[in-house]
Amino acid sequence: MSEFSGILTLTVFAPALSAFVVWLVHIWRRDDVLVRWFAIGGSIVVFVLSFAVFVMYDRDLGGVQMVDAVSWLDAGTLKSSYLMGVDGLSAPLVLLTGLLGMGATFASRSINRRLAEYFIWLLLLESAVMGVFVSLDLLLFFVFFEFEVIPMFMLISMWGSGRPRYSAMKFVLFTLAGGALMLVGVLAVFLSSGINTLAMASIPSLGVVGVPDLIANADLIAPAALIFSFFLAAFAVKLPLWPLHNWLPDAHTDAPTAVSVMLAGVLLKMAGYGLIRINVGFFIDSPGFTVSDAAPYLALIAAASVIYGAVVTLRQTDLKRLIAYSSVSHMGFVMLGVAASAGGLTAGASMGVNGAALQMFTHGTITGLAFLLVGMVYDRTHTRHIPHLGGLWRRMPIIAIFFFIAGFASLGLPALSGFVAEIMVFLGTFSVYPVAAGIGAFGVVLAAGYILFVIRRAFFGADTPNDGLPKDQYDALTDADRLDLVPAIILTVPIFVVGIWPGVVVDLFAIGIEGVLGR
Amino acid sequence: MTTWDWIALSPILAMGALALGALGLDALLGVAWRGRRIGDPAWLPWTVVGGMVVPILLILNLWFGWIGDSALAETYGLAATEAQQVAVYSGQVLFGSFDPGKFTLFFQLLILLATAVVLVASTRYLRQFADSRGEFVGLMLIASTGMMLLVGATELITIYVALEMTALPVVALAAIRRDAHSVEGALKFLVLSAISTAMLLFGFVLLYGFTGATQLGMVIDRISELTAASGQPFGGYALMLSLLLIVAGFGFKMAIAPWHMWVPDVYQGSPAPVGAYLSVASKASAFAVLIRILFYYSGGSETQDWQLLFAVVAVVSMSVGNLLALSQNNVKRLLAYSTVAQAGYIVVALTTTLGGSAIGAATGGTSAAMYYLAGYAFTNLAVWLAYAAVLRRVGDDSIDGLRGLFRRSRVLSILLVIGLLSLLGMPPTVGFMAKAVVFSNAVDQGLVWLAVIAVINTVVAAYYYLRVVGVIMFGEPEDDAPDVKPAPAELAAVGVGVIGTLLLGVVPALVLNVIDSATIG
Repeated sequence: MSEFSGILTLTVFAPALSAFVVWLVHIWRRDDVLVRWFAIGGSIVVFVLSFAVFVMYDRDLGGVQMVDAVSWLDAGTLKSSYLMGVDGLSAPLVLLTGLLGMGATFASRSINRRLAEYFIWLLLLESAVMGVFVSLDLLLFFVFFEFEVIPMFMLISMWGSGRPRYSAMKFVLFTLAGGALMLVGVLAVFLSSGINTLAMASIPSLGVVGVPDLIANADLIAPAALIFSFFLAAFAVKLPLWPLHNWLPDAHTDAPTAVSVMLAGVLLKMAGYGLIRINVGFFIDSPGFTVSDAAPYLALIAAASVIYGAVVTLRQTDLKRLIAYSSVSHMGFVMLGVAASAGGLTAGASMGVNGAALQMFTHGTITGLAFLLVGMVYDRTHTRHIPHLGGLWRRMPIIAIFFFIAGFASLGLPALSGFVAEIMVFLGTFSVYPVAAGIGAFGVVLAAGYILFVIRRAFFGADTPNDGLPKDQYDALTDADRLDLVPAIILTVPIFVVGIWPGVVVDLFAIGIEGVLGR
Repeated sequence: MTTWDWIALSPILAMGALALGALGLDALLGVAWRGRRIGDPAWLPWTVVGGMVVPILLILNLWFGWIGDSALAETYGLAATEAQQVAVYSGQVLFGSFDPGKFTLFFQLLILLATAVVLVASTRYLRQFADSRGEFVGLMLIASTGMMLLVGATELITIYVALEMTALPVVALAAIRRDAHSVEGALKFLVLSAISTAMLLFGFVLLYGFTGATQLGMVIDRISELTAASGQPFGGYALMLSLLLIVAGFGFKMAIAPWHMWVPDVYQGSPAPVGAYLSVASKASAFAVLIRILFYYSGGSETQDWQLLFAVVAVVSMSVGNLLALSQNNVKRLLAYSTVAQAGYIVVALTTTLGGSAIGAATGGTSAAMYYLAGYAFTNLAVWLAYAAVLRRVGDDSIDGLRGLFRRSRVLSILLVIGLLSLLGMPPTVGFMAKAVVFSNAVDQGLVWLAVIAVINTVVAAYYYLRVVGVIMFGEPEDDAPDVKPAPAELAAVGVGVIGTLLLGVVPALVLNVIDSATIG
């Protein structure tokens, strides 16, 4: 088993390579402007590579493509290989990572302390996330999943605001706790007789048979339900699913803008991806226990997550916390769609899972954009307390317009991408779990509530509310300049493109999901 | 003794000669150069490190069989049953008290490496007590000689002698700073070491009384016979008591809970390079003996009970080490408790040496333990020696002494952080890969619960390791904080540790192939 096309390896390690270049530039000339442009340049290269992966994926051929495979570790009781590849499920997420990585470097304008280090960690983070999406070996997947914690810890601790050390540690401990259980799950899958492989998908051309194709006839070393919950623990924390969401508001609120963009945009998606690839893909016909047995409960927790997240969002007075809690609600939709997989190979089930995948993609761009704009507002007003804000529309119309786009997309306005994803999730889930879908749909109503509330209170209304910005400060507020526009546009374009022409991503996801469900 | 005996013992003899040579050289030249400038006191450790090429070459000779009969060594090392051993014993190495197989050589190399790296790192440190550099170097070499003997000992009395040869120099090393802390730690170590050795010896005596043999293979065979004859577990409660006493005695040497009380005090009181030496070489050699005993035992009865006993010890050691480390504000004590927890992970690997494997990898547990020990050796050397370099300048061994270290010495902080992340088990370091391999053995044995407790422990550990990382990376150094300028020798020593940490983590095949050929079982 050995094949090496190299393009995925290049895409994964290009950000790390850029980080190295940034470090060299920093040593060569201690010039922050130069460092910043080299980092931005590196992230653009990564975006081009990820776009190339997205375009080069042959939709007619399907399956796993662009494989990199080298044997890596053989320790008797643990055999692993360096196995990378993309299928329909991962290709759009690779693109999303490239896109948000580029947006994040542009969105780092307000960082001016220890700049080179900052970009090095940010680029390493991008490498780790990219690695998660293209790894097809469970141990390699786990390595990237786990490694991502370190850059996040550094980024939040060092460049965060509020209580950064506390939030960073909380993030790390939650993630590691979930990840630790996943490691046991990975080992249990591998060591079950009849499996003895870590490949997450089958690659016929290489003779690789993946776990999903083996598990039906395997003799699992631990009960399938237990292994399932080990994986679920990791992904439910990361998604995050109520009641394990507690780390998210703190991490988001205290992280610098670009890190929030990455966190909401791609880090949460690693969990959704894992749920579909592993919790659904592996356990679709595992012996003794399948994902269908767990799906009703998952659907209920997902509905609870949607409603809980939305209700708590309504009560928020901190702009960034508000967006963070809305993420909890929106990622509940992902879980809801995943639960629809219990329907098996029906149109409804695959639509539900496809909706979940699309929701990941759209939420990445929409919430990324929202965090970006909140960051811009904060940089200017130095407050995120909503009652202290007001009438921003008149001082910063461009920021306001982009925020409206993000907001409307988030509440599911047709022609914007959020609508497509949510309707697919509801239609798909309704055919399997009508009650949970009905409860979840109510979350959209609440979403309209909190989005419109925040738009009315922060962007319209009186210019200087009680205790708000003094008049002279308000008058001095400036709008987004050209450089601010770049990341905003980068994140807005996909919202419209996917909203108007969903097929560009949905068809690709459909190929991947057919592969996951279709056995 | 035959020629073959001499060849088999040659690395140990060379090391012993080096130890005596170092002491003699220091004394003679000290007299000859009295009153004259003799330059940098580092010449002695450098000379010794140069001299260590000889034992290393002798080990490689045995490994590759350049001179002597390596095939014989292999059969000898692998002779498990009494009948096989009697066949090989006749006229063999020291009448069956020493195994010159690759398993021994592997650990001897590990010990030599640790000794060399610690000596290189302490060249600069030794200036602080230049008048006792001869003692420092000589004692460390004597202890290493004892360890090299210990890892190959297959007979109760040899084990005992080698253990004493290891423990006594270490007591002196721990006290070498001669201040209150140092002496207190050393005294504690001496007393507890004596008690533990007494327990061990009592266990050995009972064992000999009931079995009439001192060679491990024979002892274990007799126990099986006695068990079969009497129908009682372990062939009688006295024998069970003796085995428990032996486990307790080794538990002390390996620094596993509940025999860990001496660890924080001794580590805090000793100079940091001695801490590095203790936590790596001393621990590895004790584990090697236990692995060997378990190997002989693996054919024996009550495997399940032993497995449970070790699993419980592992859980206690991991949990106690990690939980107590959480609240430490002294870095040395924190690292001491962390070594207790790390020992717990290694015991997880030992647990799995006893049962068969579901996928047919019988040596999995032993290999995993050896891999973990090798990785742990590199990692802990990096962490302790990096910290030693900091401490040499800073003096304050509380966690605040590290505040803002990143601003004061970039290279050293990065190396230290990589080491800490490896201890925590973060990919792509060996700490992660070794844990993955160890836990995979546990799951393979059906010990899923043990693996779950172990991984939860790594999360607890994340808190205190990352707290230190946070202080190093994000803390603001105080205005009067001294500059930290590691000497080139210190950086080289730490660098060796970090390169090993990363290399073994990214390319595990490097060392796993070696281990596979060296493993017993």
